[in-house]
Amino acid sequence: MTMSTTQHSTTDNDLVRLEHVSKRFGPVEPLKDINLRVGHGEVLGLLGNNGAGKSTLMKILCGFHPASDGTMYFEGKPVNLRSVTHARQLGIDCVYQDLALVNELNVYHNMFLQREPVHGGPLGILNNKRMKADAERHLADMGVNIPSVDVEIAKLSGGQRQAIAVARSVYSNARLLLLDEPTAAMGAKEGAMILNVIKRLRERGDVSVIIIAHNYAQIFDVCDRINLLREGEIVFDRATSDTSVQELTDIVVNEYRAATEAEA
Amino acid sequence: MATSSSDSTAGLASRLGGLALRRREASIFIAGCLLVIYFQITTDVFVSGANVSTLVQYAGATAVLAAGEVMVLICGELDLSIGMVYALSPFLMFYANEAGVPMALAIILALAGAGVVGLINGLVTTWLKLPSFVTTLGMLFLINGFTLVISGGFPVQPQAGEIFTAVMGGSATAMVIWAVLIAVILQFVLTRTRWGLHTIAIGGNLSGATEAGIKVKTLKIRNFMLCSMLAGFGGILDTFRIGSIDPLAGGNEIMFMAIASAVIGGTLLTGGVGTIIGALFGAIVLAILKDGFTLSGVSAYTFDMILGAAILVTMTINVHLNQLREKGRV
Ligand SMILES: Nc1ncnc2c1ncn2[C@@H]1O[C@H](COP(=O)(O)OP(=O)(O)OP(=O)(O)O)[C@@H](O)[C@H]1O
Ligand SMILES: [Mg+2]
Repeated sequence: MTMSTTQHSTTDNDLVRLEHVSKRFGPVEPLKDINLRVGHGEVLGLLGNNGAGKSTLMKILCGFHPASDGTMYFEGKPVNLRSVTHARQLGIDCVYQDLALVNELNVYHNMFLQREPVHGGPLGILNNKRMKADAERHLADMGVNIPSVDVEIAKLSGGQRQAIAVARSVYSNARLLLLDEPTAAMGAKEGAMILNVIKRLRERGDVSVIIIAHNYAQIFDVCDRINLLREGEIVFDRATSDTSVQELTDIVVNEYRAATEAEA
Repeated sequence: MATSSSDSTAGLASRLGGLALRRREASIFIAGCLLVIYFQITTDVFVSGANVSTLVQYAGATAVLAAGEVMVLICGELDLSIGMVYALSPFLMFYANEAGVPMALAIILALAGAGVVGLINGLVTTWLKLPSFVTTLGMLFLINGFTLVISGGFPVQPQAGEIFTAVMGGSATAMVIWAVLIAVILQFVLTRTRWGLHTIAIGGNLSGATEAGIKVKTLKIRNFMLCSMLAGFGGILDTFRIGSIDPLAGGNEIMFMAIASAVIGGTLLTGGVGTIIGALFGAIVLAILKDGFTLSGVSAYTFDMILGAAILVTMTINVHLNQLREKGRV
């Protein structure tokens, strides 16, 4: 047993790998031949124009859509995700905005939803004290800054909510976090809070992250590697240390020019 | 030691003060107090032993029904059949008792019967995916017809010992204790247990709750069953209070009163938000209105108009107070 696991980790350093994955919706084929990998504890930035297929790719990774073709490997083993729940059991968690939080409940009840510690017995009496203390400690660890864990989610800003959603996934032992435009529609300060949380995760090194963003200058600093998606294919894959915001800008500007010229 | 205890007393006092303004139940409580003062000034006899027992008559069973309805409302559903279950379950009890089952056991059987109605409401709503408005509207007519058929339309008198009768709602004190006890227990369930937390989560964010792994269907069914059983229990309490069971009793009036109690008490029809204690206050306020206007000598025709207007006014004040509270102004 021990032997084989050791072998795994030596032969395969990636947490997740996609090989020749494609996706068709009837006549449209938003993903053509995707080869993508994310290492343990790595933060991967996924860039691309509107309609490039970024969200579709995320939905395949989180078990929402089945792939039409190709193979997905998780910790070196091929997996066939049956559902979002199945993916979550493996530790793949898509934090899509703050949609999964319950506005009417306070921060710590949200953090522990469906995993609440209780005072023994069949009645399921909540151990609020413990939840509160654990939530406070965990949020502080992650650098999430909120006035109090007692407030209702509805009273927090979009950035705070998003940060709590991320913290909740990490707390539920997620191995791979999928963030689809987490800083979209957010002010600079709010966005900074999310990026700060991702930075902390990167320092800890036990959670891998794929982050989609339009504003690549904003996420550049928190990413280990950048992939660029164009019309369903990955056309650029480089470590952030081997590229620059300037290079990415040039690529995007050229792409935009090519697209407008083709239209004209 | 001394410092810490005086600190905690001061802390408690300020917490109570804050509580009075910030809690959802606060506005309905204040409305109730104002109404009591108004009716005491205008009728002189409002705050009297005899009148309090009239209030208990009006509010007791309604509060019990409202408590269950709040749980259903919070998880985003609605139960319109409670008034008919209120009328049905005393008959189940009566016939079981007639057949030789001891009264206490007959009550349990009647509650089980009410629970089956809730189970059907829940199953149809969650598995057949009918809106609960439709499910329970159908159930309302179905149960009403069933009660009329088994009773032949005639009232009956259940026989039970004096003490038993008093405990099961015959005495006003017992009625108050039941209503308050049920409200307090359910408020605890709602705010301090996983059951309550998950009920709020389902009503607040159905897809979020589902994704978190909460068993939505099971929990909704459980709340429908609780609601029906409390409706049945309310019917039984009123049966012993009145001394007879009328198949035409309760019905839609008590159902609407219970829903109105829940809503004016601070429970939202849209789900996710609610309070059982608020519903108890709501039932008391409706009883105060009904009783106060009766004492004032208002005729039966105008009474309904006044009651309707009073509900609208109370609700308007309540809704706006809640909005202020949400904005953190109060
Ligand atoms: N369920 C679906 N059925 C049919 N077509 C779809 C479906 N989902 C996505 N598509 C198509 O796939 C293509 C890629 O969509 P996707 O949402 O992945 O783009 P994106 O890169 O996330 O874009 P954006 O930056 O605007 O969010 C689009 O042309 C879209 O219309
Ligand atoms: Mg997208």
